[in-house]
Amino acid sequence: MNQYLHSIRIDTEKCNGRMKCMRVCPTQAIRIRNGKAVIIEEKCIDCGECITACPNNAIIPLTDPFGELTKFRHTVAIPSPALYAQFGREILPEKILSGIKKLGFDDAFDLAFTCGEVSFAIQEYLREYKGPKPLISNVCPTVVRLIQVKYPALIDQVIPIDIPRELAAREIKKSKSKQLGLKEKEIGTFYLTPCPVKMISIKQPAEKGKSFIDGAISISDIYGPLLSAMESIEKGSYRKALENICILGIGWAMVGGICRTLRLKNSLAVSGLSEILKVFDDIERGKLRNIDFIEAYSCPQGCVGGSLTVENLYISYNKILKLIETLEFEQIKACPDIREVRKLYSQKYFFIDGKLEPRPLRPLDKDLAKAIKKRKEKEDIYELLPKIDCGICGAPTCLAFAEDVVKGEAELTDCIFNLPQKFADLSQELSELLNKSASLSSIRSNISKAQNKKD
Amino acid sequence: MKMSNEDELSQHFEITGRDFSNAGKASTSIKEILQEIGIDSSITVRASIAAYEAEMNVVMYAKKGVLTLNITPEKLRLKLEDEGPGIGDIEMAMQEGFSTATDEMREMGFGAGMGLPNIKKNADRFEISSTPGIGTSLDITFCLSQTEKK
Repeated sequence: MNQYLHSIRIDTEKCNGRMKCMRVCPTQAIRIRNGKAVIIEEKCIDCGECITACPNNAIIPLTDPFGELTKFRHTVAIPSPALYAQFGREILPEKILSGIKKLGFDDAFDLAFTCGEVSFAIQEYLREYKGPKPLISNVCPTVVRLIQVKYPALIDQVIPIDIPRELAAREIKKSKSKQLGLKEKEIGTFYLTPCPVKMISIKQPAEKGKSFIDGAISISDIYGPLLSAMESIEKGSYRKALENICILGIGWAMVGGICRTLRLKNSLAVSGLSEILKVFDDIERGKLRNIDFIEAYSCPQGCVGGSLTVENLYISYNKILKLIETLEFEQIKACPDIREVRKLYSQKYFFIDGKLEPRPLRPLDKDLAKAIKKRKEKEDIYELLPKIDCGICGAPTCLAFAEDVVKGEAELTDCIFNLPQKFADLSQELSELLNKSASLSSIRSNISKAQNKKD
Repeated sequence: MKMSNEDELSQHFEITGRDFSNAGKASTSIKEILQEIGIDSSITVRASIAAYEAEMNVVMYAKKGVLTLNITPEKLRLKLEDEGPGIGDIEMAMQEGFSTATDEMREMGFGAGMGLPNIKKNADRFEISSTPGIGTSLDITFCLSQTEKK
């Protein structure tokens, strides 16, 4: 009966309830019940922090296995530019794409080029947009979900231009089916993903439209085989490989990459959920009205920091940065044709299908008067708690525990600091029971004495 | 702190003048309470903005102040009492663009002269009174039920 799909699953065999995930979860969506982690579906925004935190690898991202490829007549891999960031300046996108083809895909698509097109499209949108500012990038699905859950007032500020991977998949299906004489559904498009949330944005897009991507394969799953596959590829011309890189799109793998291409006077690039919360609070208060555009990624440093990547995120961030600097130095500007993009833009080619709707959390009660009463109860319960957020009750903070108690999802005695009271109550009950049984036995013995007398 | 009435929630937030590192905390807490209770999101946004502007006025100009949130099923009320310089000419202060903010405050993104007018714009009812040299009090109301609106 889950209304929301999520990109992670907890392996209860492996989970031993060490609470690491519960403590890192930025939306307090995890509880420990009967010694195992449980996810509160409505609160989870699929950021993947818990996957990295779990010492037992008990939190499993739901990406697709390689075997899914056999379901299609023709398969195309669409690697996130974050894949390019996993390799140094020596292994350029061209080689990576050839390596992917050796792994069993019929083709590999360079997403950086589409990213470049979308950069231009965003520029167009920013130019004609007249509503409240700043506009917010929709490229990180976790951020989009955060806005739906916690900042519903900002929904209209989320850019309605579709994300590059979706546009690319749509285009691939269309052109390949024509080219090969196949049906669109016979062409499998697979995103090579740096994080699990992309999986969910494919299975259940936030805008409720339909995704053109058929599956997502984790970068960490493909990394090893890809390295081996690339060993046998002959080294081509370095200059030529460089000339194939779209400078506008390559930066999309890292925070600041989009802002860099838009050349705006006032834009911000934010990464890491706790930082995003601060910035979004400020937007909601109207403090950032002079900022035109904000790109925000839940992972530190952007997609290169995704939980399904391999390379250290600062190193991969730097690799992309150096690659951009090299391109700038060599004056290589392989870009989409802006006139072509403008033409497509005016035909609404880039706009997302469907509308983003808020996804507010369930209130304490549907009835306002009851909700107010429960909120007061929560405050009262909180006062009884030690406020040290030890987590032993299974909730991340005393305040979260108080809410669980009010909602009837936990008992006050689950708090060990309230255990002495529980013991006192129990011993009281026990002594009453003992007294009862003692008096009962004395009654019994009296009766038997009386009976004896009769005899 | 606690009121006797069962379906009335009342909470106080103390605000210290010049304490910029904690500025915004009261209005964030208020927003969270409203979301938990399930107040309509458009009202929550308007009330959070009003609370934030009121809070920032204390941080920037007053010595200290208390912001009180009061909710019943009929209405949501924000009351602010501060100890500070007060406002000499309320009519002037209510005009958009009027501000006595220093350059430093403007550098931080405040002092556009939007504070009080912004509170009034977002509220369903707004009252202000002030005694120069003593302090200012604001009474900001949002209607939650249809009957209250009339």
